[in-house]
Amino acid sequence: MPIWEFLETYGWRILGGAVVTAEQFILAALVAITVALLAGLGKLSGNWLIRGTAVVYIELFRGTSLLVQLYWIFFVLPLFGITLDKFTAGFLSVGLNIGAYGAELVRGAIRSVPKGQWEAAYALSMSPAKRMRRIILPQALAIMLPSWGNLLIELLKGTALVSLISVADLMFEAKQINASTFLSAEAFGTALVVYYILARFLVTPFMRGLERAMARRLGRT
Amino acid sequence: MRFDWIWEFTAEILPRLLAATLNTLIAAGVGYAIAVVLGLVLALAQRTPWTPLTKVVREFVEFIRSTPLVLQIFFVFYVGPQFGIRLSPWTAGMIAIGLHYSAYLSEVYRAGIEAVPRGQWESCRALNLSTRDTYLRIIIPQALPPSVAGMGNYLIGIFKDTPMLSVIGVAELMHTANAIGSEHYRFLEPYTLVGVIFLAISLPAAGFVRIFEGWVRRKLGL
Amino acid sequence: MDMSAYPLELPEGDRPMVRFMNVTKSYGTLTVLDNLDLDVAEGEMVTVIGPSGSGKTTVLRMLMTLETINGGVIYVDGKPLTHMERDGRLVPANERYLREMRASIGMCFQHFNLFPHMTALQNCMEGPVQVLRLPKAEARDRAEELLSMVGMIEKKDQHPSRLSGGQQQRVAIARALAMRPKVMLFDEVTSALDPEVIGEVTTVIRKLVAEHNLTMLMVTHQMGFARDISDRVCFFYSGKIEEQGPPDQLFGNPQRERTRQFLSAVKDAG
Repeated sequence: MPIWEFLETYGWRILGGAVVTAEQFILAALVAITVALLAGLGKLSGNWLIRGTAVVYIELFRGTSLLVQLYWIFFVLPLFGITLDKFTAGFLSVGLNIGAYGAELVRGAIRSVPKGQWEAAYALSMSPAKRMRRIILPQALAIMLPSWGNLLIELLKGTALVSLISVADLMFEAKQINASTFLSAEAFGTALVVYYILARFLVTPFMRGLERAMARRLGRT
Repeated sequence: MRFDWIWEFTAEILPRLLAATLNTLIAAGVGYAIAVVLGLVLALAQRTPWTPLTKVVREFVEFIRSTPLVLQIFFVFYVGPQFGIRLSPWTAGMIAIGLHYSAYLSEVYRAGIEAVPRGQWESCRALNLSTRDTYLRIIIPQALPPSVAGMGNYLIGIFKDTPMLSVIGVAELMHTANAIGSEHYRFLEPYTLVGVIFLAISLPAAGFVRIFEGWVRRKLGL
Repeated sequence: MDMSAYPLELPEGDRPMVRFMNVTKSYGTLTVLDNLDLDVAEGEMVTVIGPSGSGKTTVLRMLMTLETINGGVIYVDGKPLTHMERDGRLVPANERYLREMRASIGMCFQHFNLFPHMTALQNCMEGPVQVLRLPKAEARDRAEELLSMVGMIEKKDQHPSRLSGGQQQRVAIARALAMRPKVMLFDEVTSALDPEVIGEVTTVIRKLVAEHNLTMLMVTHQMGFARDISDRVCFFYSGKIEEQGPPDQLFGNPQRERTRQFLSAVKDAG
């Protein structure tokens, strides 16, 4: 079957899958950014309980595989009385996994804000919360933004695993089409290209734009 | 169902999971060996003066890095038979994971090589060293220490990505846990144990990578 | 480019060790060297001075083939450096020819560029063993002799990170000499050094001038040193030789306005 005929027949299904992938990506990214901030700040906290919780979370999720975490959250968590539908379990797992890596980025970026900035904020007698929000975090954000670009690509790739708990994303549709037609090169090849387009022509340019905007705000252009 | 950890069941399945751990380690090792060598080829190919080659390789590396490994595993496994080439799950899995990580390692090497100061290249030229000696004796030894951390992290990364091989039936840890789960209708113990085994290996490994990095640095007098 | 104006080889009797003939170097629209003609005789010590951006370092880097040239020909010992003869015409040289020609030139850099993963001795043996294919024992003897000459024999088993800037530069000089070049290039070898260690490097260069019949080209900002040891000083200004002559004449009685301005500015700063 020529490729255009393949696309004519299955294009809409692949597109539908891509939309689900995009949804998973956005929701997982929100989860990842939130927990990364919490755990990253938590690891720098003076309170040992907060710090300990952050460290356990980070090491647990960085030390095991996303697939293990996904299966555990989807199949084992219900035994503890927490039952999630597959869609939620999907983006939550991906978000928590990438969030653990993001937490290290947050922590590293905050620590690389020059000491003088902390002291200057201290000299203005800002409250710790205000100092973090108004002085340190904006600068840390500029430092870590390029690394987040790479991490979000990892997150996009990570969402492909939710197909294994039957979320009907791009990967899932490719698998289904392959199973019913045996047109493996067309099915998987198209999916690869779509992922590539999403990563290279949507996520990366978006992050670059964000970096530029951030640099402008800090007067670095 | 509710939470009830059964220790007898744990003891019963542990040997089977540990045996599968060996397969996981073998898969990670073989995949990594492919990635280490192929990554160097991809990195050096991008340094040749022939622009079409460097552009194609650059784009190839970008492509591999921005598409999901699990999809690449499916692709390698299923596309072969369509054209009459049958690959075993192991072969297909090793090709896919080795190729995937070679793209990442090529970036590590590239960064390492680019971090070597320009003056080192000029010294080699002034001493009339051949291109081969320049790379083998001067540049690569200096590019190595800053690469060790990245290389080590990707070794751990490849290890943590081996569960994806279960999707085409490679009998590693995840695949075995799935099998146990569906045989006994119990997922709590097998999945939790898989997590524990991964933690027990990757956490010490991360520490070991840090120690090794320091050792390489000292060894080369840097 | 018409190459027919350039001889395939310089004739006997008119063979300086180094000859720049009409050499031009430009980056895009920026001309760094403009039709440079410069001869350096065998055993001569020529110093190049001038404001930054005048192209003086480029002269050395072209001679070491670290930079390509856009026009003209450089001859070393009568033979073209970056061109070779084919069918009676000069064409750009291949890598093999370049390596052969490069063997007669040695260079020391502003930032030493020692190999950090090798000891001082290993640095000095690397070229002789890998390029000249000397037996290890012979290369070691030669390296130790040179390290003694530069006063670094006690530190021969140290890595560069354990040496001071002055010590590293002395090792770098020994390393370059170990290749037995006919021409030595010194590119601002004291510029990165602390004032108190400059002397230990200039002493070594003085010794080279006094005891060896090496052809040397040096770029430096140290006017006193240049005046002491040079046979000839060239003042570069925007890609051209503005003035040249024996050091006493150029420093004592400069003929050109720009030379005078430069020398008085340097004197004020120093």
